[in-house]
Amino acid sequence: MSEFDFATTLAQAKFPNPIFTASGCAANGRELSAFFPLNEIGAVVTKSVMSQPRSGRATPRMAETPSGMLNAIGLQGPGIEPFLKEDLPWLLDNGARTVVSIAGESVEEFSSLARKVRSAPGVSAIEVNISCPNVENRGLVFACDRSSAREVIEAVKRSVGNTIPIIAKLSPDVTDIVSIAEEVVQAGADGLAMINTLLGMVIDTETMRPKLANKTGGLSGPAIRPVAVRAIYQVHRALPNVPIVGMGGVITGNDAFELVLAGASAISVGTASFHDPSAPVRIKRELEELLVARGFQKFSEAVGFAHRGDA
Amino acid sequence: MVEVSGMANVSPMGGINPGVSQNLCEVISNKKIGAYHHITLAAPAIAEHAKPGNFVAISVGDVRSSMLLRRSFAIYQTVPRGPFGGTLEIIVAPHGPGSTWISERQPHEKLDVVGPLGNAFKIPKDPVRALLVGGGYGSAPLFSLAETLRQKNSRVEMAIGASTADRIFAPVEGKRSVHSLMIATEDGSLGSKGRVTDLFDNSLSSIDIVYACGPMAMLKALTEIGAKTGVLVQCAVEESMACGVGLCMTCVLPVRDNDGTIKMLRSCIEGPIFDGVAVQWDGIGTIPPGTYGAHR
Repeated sequence: MSEFDFATTLAQAKFPNPIFTASGCAANGRELSAFFPLNEIGAVVTKSVMSQPRSGRATPRMAETPSGMLNAIGLQGPGIEPFLKEDLPWLLDNGARTVVSIAGESVEEFSSLARKVRSAPGVSAIEVNISCPNVENRGLVFACDRSSAREVIEAVKRSVGNTIPIIAKLSPDVTDIVSIAEEVVQAGADGLAMINTLLGMVIDTETMRPKLANKTGGLSGPAIRPVAVRAIYQVHRALPNVPIVGMGGVITGNDAFELVLAGASAISVGTASFHDPSAPVRIKRELEELLVARGFQKFSEAVGFAHRGDA
Repeated sequence: MVEVSGMANVSPMGGINPGVSQNLCEVISNKKIGAYHHITLAAPAIAEHAKPGNFVAISVGDVRSSMLLRRSFAIYQTVPRGPFGGTLEIIVAPHGPGSTWISERQPHEKLDVVGPLGNAFKIPKDPVRALLVGGGYGSAPLFSLAETLRQKNSRVEMAIGASTADRIFAPVEGKRSVHSLMIATEDGSLGSKGRVTDLFDNSLSSIDIVYACGPMAMLKALTEIGAKTGVLVQCAVEESMACGVGLCMTCVLPVRDNDGTIKMLRSCIEGPIFDGVAVQWDGIGTIPPGTYGAHR
């Protein structure tokens, strides 16, 4: 067991194991640290941060759905300055490898956020969240449009150069996710995070109105896992050398293994942490046991293993 | 206004309760009390750290459950040491499939429990005349609070209201920890007919502090009665939560903080106990104008 090499890489960033949190499902790490040492997992992916403080949306913000949940938080957060002053140093002091997720309403906001993150020492990678479904206007879901997605990633790349890997977070709510993936990789993305939530809706049959104040919300949890597996499989097939941070309803090590077989080089644990705050470390242990049992000596050998022999 | 001491188990940063742990807890007993289930769990780590007002978050089913979100319950009482080690007691009202599943657990079955969570009721340094008001099973956390207050030589009056008699949670042993108990039911099947807030006739003449747990409308009404007479009203809010541990940001409500700014605060971390006057009751379900970070 001790000989097993669990390490993974995303462009130039190295991680001792491939289990990450998912942005928006781990706050900024402090709460989860009550349940396990943050340095035990590959990385903490922080909640997508914007330039300014943000109240988020009105409540109700969530609804439970079959094997999942719908949420419309609206990127509530402190804004980049307090984040870099308080949250990021706290994470690094606690030994957490940190992927900072940024979200903007314009190309300029993304670019300026990326510049600020670049100048903060110790960040492992930047996740560029171009796919939050809970924005005012679907036209602002940059990841749903090839040219918008390209513009954001090009601007972020200009801001950070090759100092830090850029991971573009993609939406599954598109006709052809491969074409979006190819576009952002050409624009300079070093890796891809997928999938963000799917846009959904719940109507309360008692009140006979939408359950969420925002009416629509992002669907997550095991209900969306087959969508994640499909998206990761398609993109890994088209872009086998681009690292993918896979996510979408991973609750067990076996679920994580499924995404790895499809082509994920790292696995983010999201909604599972709401069900079980120890899920990231449990899934890490379960995945390692599973890989060893299947005879893998290195984690990297398993990445995309389901594609073997395909023409 | 009475002087209240800070909450020793809550960090000034508003972080998660430092006594929290995740435990697989065996059900020791499950007794039906009216419309509710009184469940006792073996939970020594939680019993050791719990304070009146804290809550626990319990998962529904196992890792393959189709219901992913934890259900939160105010702690009715804890016994740090006993024949089963430390125990934790909660009152469960089965209303949806998740709470119904939890309410059906039998002795020797196990539940995944995270706790204690949230802040605690503030306890005055000196003896006071306290009024504890519970709506439905919202009375559950008030009995251990009553015990704590009586140990400080406070006078404790309690009032409980519900729609019907079977929704009044007032166990015999709990009644012993209060000096007086008033009951109101909307259908008049127990105590006086009407709402619990009607019992005070808009006055709190001989009361120094009010503690309340129940529906938002009741908390709002009590806050207004308290504000008229300058009585501090501590409210334990009920907001729906997905995780209970501060990750999901779904249980927020608008609260005015010490510097006068309205912020969307998590009821699982900065609450569930808030000073009633700080909560923007009419703004719940909205982002009130001027809220910190409100979208322009």
